[in-house]
Amino acid sequence: MAIPKVCGIETEYGILVRGGESNPVAASSVLINAYVNDRSRRVDWDFEDESPGVDARGFSYEDALAPEVESHLVNAVLTNGARYYVDHAHPEISTPECSDALQALVYDRSAEEIVRLSMALAAPLLPEGAELLLHKNNSDGKGNSYGCHENFLVARETPFGRLVSEITPHFVTRQIFCGAGKVGCEAPGYSSHEVPFQISQRADFFEEEVGLETTLKRPIVNTRDEPHCDPQKYRRLHVIVGDANMSEGATLLKLGTTSIVLSMIEDSFIGSDLALAHPVPAIRQVSHDPTLRRTLLMQSGARMSALDIQWQLLERATRYAAERGLESVGEEVGRLVLGLWEEVLQGLSGDRSSVADIVDWVAKERLLDAYSRRHDIAPGDARLRAIDLQYHDMRPGRGLAAKVGLRTFVSSDEVEHGVDHAPHTTRAYFRGECLRRWPDDIVAANWDSMVFDVGRDPLRRVPMMEPLRGTKAHVGALLEASTSISDLVERLGA
Amino acid sequence: MAERVHKQKTSSDRTAEVADESGATTEQGDKLRAELDDLLDEIDDVLEANAEDFVKSYIQKGGE
Repeated sequence: MAIPKVCGIETEYGILVRGGESNPVAASSVLINAYVNDRSRRVDWDFEDESPGVDARGFSYEDALAPEVESHLVNAVLTNGARYYVDHAHPEISTPECSDALQALVYDRSAEEIVRLSMALAAPLLPEGAELLLHKNNSDGKGNSYGCHENFLVARETPFGRLVSEITPHFVTRQIFCGAGKVGCEAPGYSSHEVPFQISQRADFFEEEVGLETTLKRPIVNTRDEPHCDPQKYRRLHVIVGDANMSEGATLLKLGTTSIVLSMIEDSFIGSDLALAHPVPAIRQVSHDPTLRRTLLMQSGARMSALDIQWQLLERATRYAAERGLESVGEEVGRLVLGLWEEVLQGLSGDRSSVADIVDWVAKERLLDAYSRRHDIAPGDARLRAIDLQYHDMRPGRGLAAKVGLRTFVSSDEVEHGVDHAPHTTRAYFRGECLRRWPDDIVAANWDSMVFDVGRDPLRRVPMMEPLRGTKAHVGALLEASTSISDLVERLGA
Repeated sequence: MAERVHKQKTSSDRTAEVADESGATTEQGDKLRAELDDLLDEIDDVLEANAEDFVKSYIQKGGE
């Protein structure tokens, strides 16, 4: 039986100081500190149980990953249950754990608002004439990439090898509706002359089918085995292959379709016949072909286009929904995703402009084409690259994505509420509400525990190993009744 | 809604199907085209003044 697809998104934003010294680590710290100091008493992240070097294939790899361990620079937990920190040389926000794709979309949009609020709060702290520029993108166009990672709860009992082989066709081809588009090419051996525009920001950077790395030799399926919950029952599938999306529809589809495909894998519903012969070249081939016509060689010897593979996945998902239901992804959200999935495949198969309000790369390509026509400019012109960058610009009034008519799926009220309040339906509720109510008594927090200062030694660590416990239904009344942190800890029987 | 997805559809079938349903599609397309035109009218005010310099200076460190 498929388990609930608890999910979330971690986004590293591009950062640049204009008119001042551009040290991205310092700039990220200024940005995040400005927000955290304004918002609340700062509560630091707790690194107690972090082990990014554990591999899902069953071995540990700590030494080789030394450069990957987080810098411990600025690292805060927010009252909405999110983590906001400096990772390498980028500001990064991990959304709280969400119980479905639509909720995760709300918190991804709330994260954007947090970044905008941070920019406004940091502005007075910058030297005279300096400006902070933030971009929700994944590449600088010069071969440097940074990630937008998704996380999904999957059942430990599902064999990892099967999970890898059955999710890979989706990861290679889903970019046709969730690619963010990119001017030029950064893959070794290709020139921007050959590939003036491509579907994905990230596809150029993938060199392996499966592995533990995230910064070098990036794999299509990442094997980091760090569940942040009961490791006997769960895995957290850490997905590094996606683009950061500006379009709400694209984010919803990215998370929603992947949740459904993972549920089908857990229920042994999907089969192995969609396996690609060469997934690594295939992911670039799909990205480099905005005509969507090229076909990929399958392990079976047949050839299928990315669209053909996605139609197959949708057909199986539709049958899965009819036969097994969509409880694991939320029935209502699951139906919404299936409908949008079909709409977007129809559009991509026919009148592509009909999905320019959902698909980022289509919206970006139309804008680039129209601008080129109006000003009679040729591929390679710096203005096209500037438009590409500015599509992802987080400054209010300057970001082009906000001006191309993208469809909305969540309300501005929901997004605003999500800036300070955690989802009600996961353990993020317990984390966020404790922090909102008793910030001075929380020593540290992380995904699966919190450390409370109950006013006498020792500090009390409260474990939260079940992502779907600690919800409002579960602890709302308890939190309401507790008069202090020590009262709460007593009531919890911790 | 999803029942409309039939097994073994060819690309040309799908294109024909989209054309048949083009009422809503065209309306949506028209709306998007109008928005694109409006954006093109104002884009030069919004775009970085010196695109070449801006693109050159946009350097990020790799992340993740």
